Amino acid sequence: MTRSVRSAISATGLRKSYGDKVVLDGIDLEIVEGTIFALLGPNGAGKTTTVRILSTLINADGGDARIAGHDLSRQADAVRALIGVTGQFSAVDNLLTGRENLRLMADLCHLDRAAGHRRVDHLLVQFDLVDVAGKPASTYSGGLRRRLDLAMTLVGEPRVIFLDEPTAGLDPRSRRAMWQIIRDLVAGGVTILLTTQYLEEADQLADRVAFLDHGRLIAEGTPRELKRLIPGGHVVLQFADQAGLDAAARTLTASTRDDAALTLQVPSDGGVGSLRSLLDQLDRASISVAGLAVHTPDLDDVFLTLTGQPDHERAMAR
Amino acid sequence: MSTLTLAVRDSGTMLRRNLLHMRRYPSLTLMLIGVPVIILLLFVYVFGGTLGAGLGPSGDRGDYANYVTPGILLITVASAAQGTAISVAMDMTEGIIARFRTMAIFRPSVLTGHVLGSVIQTMVSIAAVTGAALLVGFRPTATPLEWLAVFGVLTMITVAVTWLSVALGLVSESVETASNLPMPLVLLPFLGSGFVPTDSMPTAVRWFADYQPFTPVMETLRGLLFGTGIGANAILAVAWCAVITVLCFLWAKALYNRSRAA
Ligand SMILES: Nc1ncnc2c1ncn2[C@@H]1O[C@H](COP(=O)(O)OP(=O)(O)OP(=O)(O)O)[C@@H](O)[C@H]1O
Ligand SMILES: [Mg+2]
Repeated sequence: MTRSVRSAISATGLRKSYGDKVVLDGIDLEIVEGTIFALLGPNGAGKTTTVRILSTLINADGGDARIAGHDLSRQADAVRALIGVTGQFSAVDNLLTGRENLRLMADLCHLDRAAGHRRVDHLLVQFDLVDVAGKPASTYSGGLRRRLDLAMTLVGEPRVIFLDEPTAGLDPRSRRAMWQIIRDLVAGGVTILLTTQYLEEADQLADRVAFLDHGRLIAEGTPRELKRLIPGGHVVLQFADQAGLDAAARTLTASTRDDAALTLQVPSDGGVGSLRSLLDQLDRASISVAGLAVHTPDLDDVFLTLTGQPDHERAMAR
Repeated sequence: MSTLTLAVRDSGTMLRRNLLHMRRYPSLTLMLIGVPVIILLLFVYVFGGTLGAGLGPSGDRGDYANYVTPGILLITVASAAQGTAISVAMDMTEGIIARFRTMAIFRPSVLTGHVLGSVIQTMVSIAAVTGAALLVGFRPTATPLEWLAVFGVLTMITVAVTWLSVALGLVSESVETASNLPMPLVLLPFLGSGFVPTDSMPTAVRWFADYQPFTPVMETLRGLLFGTGIGANAILAVAWCAVITVLCFLWAKALYNRSRAA
């Protein structure tokens, strides 16, 4: 990646403590304009705190951050004019209807009347909220509310968007719909920082991913780079008896055997070609296989490998 | 956009938001009107005969209705204050407040919106309570100009008390606290010249009654409505309202901004 690209979010050494509890222990972030950056971490890792600091909701105890070149603490209003935030917890006015919520945002974004109406109507259609536009938000289901929440964030056409767990609590279909919305947004040139606990989500959406654990970034890179950090994919072969396992282990020399489970783990990229040649090889040696499972590495593995390690420093990807 | 334009525009937007809330949930407004009307009926019909006689040799129920109405109007203001504190405290628990804080808007507009909405709401209840008072024998002698001044004085005290209740709503950790904190305000008209003249009170109470902010306001209202002497009360009323408004505005603003440091 060339360094000439502009950074939408750049932070160095962000720190935050509540009393004795260190929540963020020096976070550095560099997020390129027009990309999706995913911040992954377990409960309490500090994801929401990071988002709250970068979206001017709370002050960091230390460190610097710039959003599209504007200093977070000295030019907070310039930052606010550029950003949109959909927090972890719903930020809609429950006493107002969906349309009134969007109108409120249009007024607060200082759109003129006609433009405001157009924008609201457009978003109601885009987010499939037309049918419920006249109902109070308090009657919305979780998925509807999430959509309204994001639609409200988009009224002012922000250039940098923070999404704190945008798909938490959504069913698989709504989750996919949300992913598509996020992809469309980035195609339009905005920058997105999203947090998630779902590794698949980061894998699907993000250009770059960072793992946050106990207030520190323990790894950062593209999903591909991160997957390379851990032992590669493999095929697990299951055998009916010890003899089969013995024979297979002699044939496939690069494998690791598990005598108790009667399984053999063979390194593989999991592709159809390599699977076929593996099975051919076993066929030629007249070895019968009782079962087979393909395992491709995913971010889950990366995460478990990294967080399982007591010494986080060793795991830095950069 | 200049700060002033921004302030006016965003406060207007937030006012519309609060008016929508009130229109959708009118029960609070009705309660705010109900409490002072019940107190009015109680004092005029149950205690009014005796208390009227206490005002002077020829005093009757009708005289007492005239005497007590300014006090009832301040009870209306105080009872509305409770509603304001509750709705501010409830609003602060809503997620949308965090959204407002991340937007490039006039920051105190959430608060000014509440204040404007509550002042309008209070003025509506004042009109309703005045109507009820007229029905039970309140017969003011004010000229149109004096009525205008009455309106001005009531607006002033309403603005002051509303900023106080916004601050109380913000300082409260819970909605229950917010509903209890403004309670003493409802007592102030009783511990002043609202229901009986202060010279009938024991010394300590009388001292408090003479120097608390509601008394000069009620005396000014009486003077305007019935042509009784106002004296220094007008200046005192304006001064009290100005001081309470400014201090409570600053207090409320600081309370609203404090959570950024948290
Ligand atoms: N206002 C606060 N006062 C005290 N502690 C806080 C406060 N806000 C957050 N914390 C603590 O900071 C830590 C990080 O919280 P944060 O909300 O950033 O985590 P998270 O990664 O978003 O977790 P989750 O996945 O559960 O949303 C937690 O241990 C939390 O208890
Ligand atoms: Mg969180």
